[in-house]
This record gives sequence, structure tokens and C-alpha cells, in this order.
Amino acid sequence: MQPNFDIFDLLVGKQEDQNFLQKPVIIQGITGNFGSSHTRLMKAYGTKIVAGVTPGKGGQDFEGIPVYNSIREVRKDYDVKISGVFVPAAFFLNAAKEAVDNGIKLIIAIPEHVPVRDAIEAVEYAKAKNARIVGPNTPGVIVPEVIKVGIMPHQPFSKGRTAVFSRSGTLMYEVSFHLSRAGVGQRIALGIGGDPINGTNLIEAFELIRNSDDVDSVVVVGEIGGDAEELLAEYILDTGFVKPVVAYIAGRSAPKEKKMGHAGAIIYGNYGSAQSKISKFAEAKVPVAKRPAEIPQLVLSGIARQAR
Amino acid sequence: MRLLEYQGKELFSKYGIPIPPSELVFDQQGVLEASKKIGFPLVLKSQLTVGGRGKAGAILKCLDESHLLPMFNELLHKEVNGELPQGILVESMLAIVKELYLSLFLNRGKRCYSLICSEEGGVDIESTSNKILVDIQLEGLSEHAVEDLLRNLQIEESRRRLLAEFVLKLVTLVKECEAELAEINPVGILSDGKCLALDSKVIIDDNSIFRHPDMKKYQQVSRLQAQAEESGFSFVELDGDIAIIGNGAGLVMSTLDLVSDKGGKPGVFLDFGGRATTETIYRALEVISKIPRVKTILVNLFGGIVRTDLVAQAIVDAYQDGIIGVPIYARISGAESEKARIMLSGTRAKIYESVEDAISSLMRFSVGVKT
Repeated sequence: MQPNFDIFDLLVGKQEDQNFLQKPVIIQGITGNFGSSHTRLMKAYGTKIVAGVTPGKGGQDFEGIPVYNSIREVRKDYDVKISGVFVPAAFFLNAAKEAVDNGIKLIIAIPEHVPVRDAIEAVEYAKAKNARIVGPNTPGVIVPEVIKVGIMPHQPFSKGRTAVFSRSGTLMYEVSFHLSRAGVGQRIALGIGGDPINGTNLIEAFELIRNSDDVDSVVVVGEIGGDAEELLAEYILDTGFVKPVVAYIAGRSAPKEKKMGHAGAIIYGNYGSAQSKISKFAEAKVPVAKRPAEIPQLVLSGIARQAR
Repeated sequence: MRLLEYQGKELFSKYGIPIPPSELVFDQQGVLEASKKIGFPLVLKSQLTVGGRGKAGAILKCLDESHLLPMFNELLHKEVNGELPQGILVESMLAIVKELYLSLFLNRGKRCYSLICSEEGGVDIESTSNKILVDIQLEGLSEHAVEDLLRNLQIEESRRRLLAEFVLKLVTLVKECEAELAEINPVGILSDGKCLALDSKVIIDDNSIFRHPDMKKYQQVSRLQAQAEESGFSFVELDGDIAIIGNGAGLVMSTLDLVSDKGGKPGVFLDFGGRATTETIYRALEVISKIPRVKTILVNLFGGIVRTDLVAQAIVDAYQDGIIGVPIYARISGAESEKARIMLSGTRAKIYESVEDAISSLMRFSVGVKT
């Protein structure tokens, strides 16, 4: 656990900061198909992308954004702490290490299909230098109306005080869409990632907003596979987490031992079953929605109970 | 990728973990020859990727030749959880005096590898209390360090040493093959003290296979699976009659749950990923068209950046080209949905604003078909 890691300070900043609400971001892999199309969308949303990095393509320019060969070169011109990584999975480990070595503190790791061994190594490497990885296989992070680093469409999200943490991309959009429609805006939506290894796991995500006065409730979108939800339920219980939490678990009807799209979404025996997660949440008194559409009401009643 | 038992044992052998004499056979001729070579008593074991073989009766002990062919035929046609065996492993049945349990697995919560050892092998490990669970480093592990780890296990000194040796070999296997799990349940101890792996369960990280060309031979994908993967889809065949497709694994899983809650039986899980273009949707429908079981198709597309008229075009094309004949219930929200509705008006497809409305209509239709 990294107790002093303040994600809002990185993404939003403080009022007295010169670049408050305009924190600079670089994109590793900006010249790829995926990297370039999403760079355009992030920029349109208001994310301040100061540079792109693609080895061998330094000196080029992507729609007004300068491309560098390395982060070291970028750092000569910009003080930047956030990187969106769009490189192919096989190059992820090197890209993450380069980012950590050059002062990047928040690495948003988009690529899918990163080998487990590389993910573990990257996460350990980042931890040792007090940097944080979100992902891999994450849709990214959005602070509505301030910044988005990732591939999420912006339409489902609206500004507010709920935090959404999701192991699935489209479900994060779907759930945020339902929340927004019900008037429950989001302070942050963060994709944990669909892989077995997450740079920021659910508990660490909760730590990010635990003491934030701007967050009044949390929605956890989990799915079958692994034991992240079970561990989170224990954490909520053991540490007396006070903000109201609502959970949703996808894959109740999924068969065992079949990988359901995400590398991490697979049940072995009872390990990773939806039932195991749901009963652990029940022990922690966290309501579990049966359908995404039920979530806003559960959040609103949680907030109302809190206010009493 | 979960390896079959014999494949896992091939890896065990390669890493110096002894296994009993065995042979993989597919027909009567093969099983007869193998029995002569290995000698009775034998164990016949269905090669399946699903668990629970023993309980399902897919492992049979064969004491003499008179039972060999009947047992072999029984296994060859026995389905376990809808899966037929991919060969039968004929294995020498050895006199085992003691069984132990050993597994090394990726501990997702702790982001490291953990080791489980128990003096009670061959049983459900969750139900035993005499076991140890420790986190271990895959790099630079010495035999001495492993023996120390095993010190808390109530076990004879000589066996502890044997187990430590097996652990080290498993560590090398897991490291070099990038396995997420390597389990030996049970480790069998013979009367002379020798140890063997009597079963194997090995799961290789699919995402690492690009740097292990030798693992490719273990990948078994159906023709449909291969076609789906080529298009970048995630595809799982289930046993029902409703095909469910959408953009995103979590969303499709969630849709599966909603359909099941309403009493529907999903037959296909297909996630066509982030980009919904006319071409990807068309290709997804093409894959589904090859599964005769499918009677209806449910599309759940989370929009925002999706142009619904492009999706509608794919559906119109698929009907026109005769790729599909079954009705489609589609939840499509996003730009141009009115246009999409008009485009689909002459087809068997219907568009809905919410997935729950789409499912209700679909279920009304399927019930109508059945009665």
C-alpha cells in the first residue's frame, strides 16, 4: 500500500497550482492507430496532452502534439507525471519501466493481453519508486469535466461525488450511464482492468478515495474470477470503511473453467465464483445489485442513510 | 489455457518430475497395444479440460484384460459437463503407500506466487487442515529455503526432502513456461520411498504464448473458435439457444445473467470488442450462423461512440445475404437510432432502448415458439 499516493493531486491538482485542472499528460505509443485516435478524443475532452512518445519517431508531430523518441527527452521540456500507455502488449513492460525511471507517477496501462509475468514485474518496479500503474487492460481513468486518460466514451459520465471502480470497461460506461441518468454524478471512474494482475486493485482504489471529501459513495463493478471482491469486502469490514458502497457482480450465470472474454474472468472450483463474492459482500453489509439499472437507487438510499 | 493431464505430465517429465509409465490412446487397437506394453493393473483416464473427472466416473481402474475394452468404450463415449474425452490415458497402476498434495499458483490478490502443500493428497484441498500456504519467490530459491518453508508441515523428514525437490522443479516449470497454476494432486509415494506425479493440472498464461512457440501445440481451438479469434472476438459456446453478442466482456456477461434470470438459456457468449463497425457485427453474425442450436440473437451494444445505423446496416446485410434467418433483438443506444429503426423495419430485427426491454420481447418470442 502506498499511503501518500494522491491521485486527485496528480489528475486535478490544487487550486494554488499553476496548472490546476490542466495537468499535463503524455501518450506512449501516440503514433499507433489506437493511440492516435484516442489521443484526439482525449484532447477534445480537455485533457492537456503535451507530448507523445514513440521510439524512432521523435521530431514528428501529431496534430500539433510533438512526438519524442523517449520520455527522458520529453522531461527536458515538460514536467509531466501522467502517462497513457497505448503500446502493444509485448512492449508494455519496457514502456512502463521507462515511465517509472523518468519520473512518471501515474501510468494508465491500456493494452490488453499483457503476460502475467510482465504485469507483476511492472507493478513491483513502479511500487519501488512510488509510482502507480492503473491496469493493464483498463479503459483508463476519468474525472468528469476535468480530465480523461483512456479510451472511454465521455457521454455516459457526469460530474458528481460518486467513485466508480470497475473490472470491466463497457460495464463501467453502462453503470455510469445509469448513474448519470439518475442524477448521480461521478467524482472519478477508474477501470481496474480485466486481467488477473491489476496495478491498482480494488482495495488500493478504495484507499485513493477513502479520505477524499469530494467522494460521498462508491460503486464497485466486479466480475467472476480471482478474489479481489472478497478481499475488498474484508477490507471494508476490517477497516470500518464508512462511505456507502454498492456492488455489482457480472457473470453469475457463467460456466466454470471458461474464460469469459477477460483474461481474469474465469472460475476454478469455487475460487472466483460470483456466489463467493456476493456472500462476502453480504457479510460486509454491502448491497449487491442484481441488474446494472438497480445501482443508482441503491447508491441514493445509501447516501440518504448516511445523512441521517 | 488448461493443459490436458497427459500434456501437463509431458511438462513434468521435461522438468524432471517422475510420472508413471503411460500412453495416450484413441482406439481399441491402441489400448490393447498400450496394455501389453505397460502391463496390468492399469488406470484408464479420460483426457478432459473440465474438472471433476473422478466423481463423474471418468477414471476407471482395470485389473485385467477382460475389462479393458468395455471400460475403454465406456470412457470414450462418456461426456463430463458436456465434454467428450480427447483421448484416453492408459497408465500403470502402482502400489502407492501415501499421497501428498502440491500446487504452485498465481496468487492474484497478492500479485505473487503461492505454494500449497499438504500431507493429504487426492482429496479436495479446501477441506484439509494439515496444509501450508506460503508465498514464494520464483527467482533464486534454494532447496534449503524450500525445506524451511515446509517445516510447518506435519510430515516425515525424508518425505519433506522429496517434496522440497518436487517444489523446486515445479518452480522452474512455472517460471519457464509462464504457468498460472501447476498442481500435482496427488504426489504418490511408493513403498521404496520414490515419488511420482499421479495427476497433473497445469494452466499456462495465454497472453505469454507468443514467446513460447513450443506451447502452441497444446492450444486446442474449435474451427469456430479459431474463426472468432481471428476476427478479434472473445467467444464461448454454451448449451442454450440464445446467442448473446455485445461490445465488452463485462457487458456480455452481465447480459448473460439478465437473460438467465428471465429463464432464458444462453448458447453463445461473443464479445466483439471495442470497435463496432458494420464489418465486425457482420462477421460476428457469420460466426453465430454456424451454430444450428441458436434460435434467437440478442445484441447488447453500449453506444456513446457507436453509430447505430452502421450496426443496422450489418444486420440488414446479414439477412439479405442469407447468413442468418433467426430474429435479432438488439439494444442499441446511440447516434442515428431513428434511422436504424427505419432501416430494420422490413427485417426480423427489432431495436430497443434498454436491454431489459429487448430481453422481455425475446423471451415472449421464445416462449411463443416453444408452445
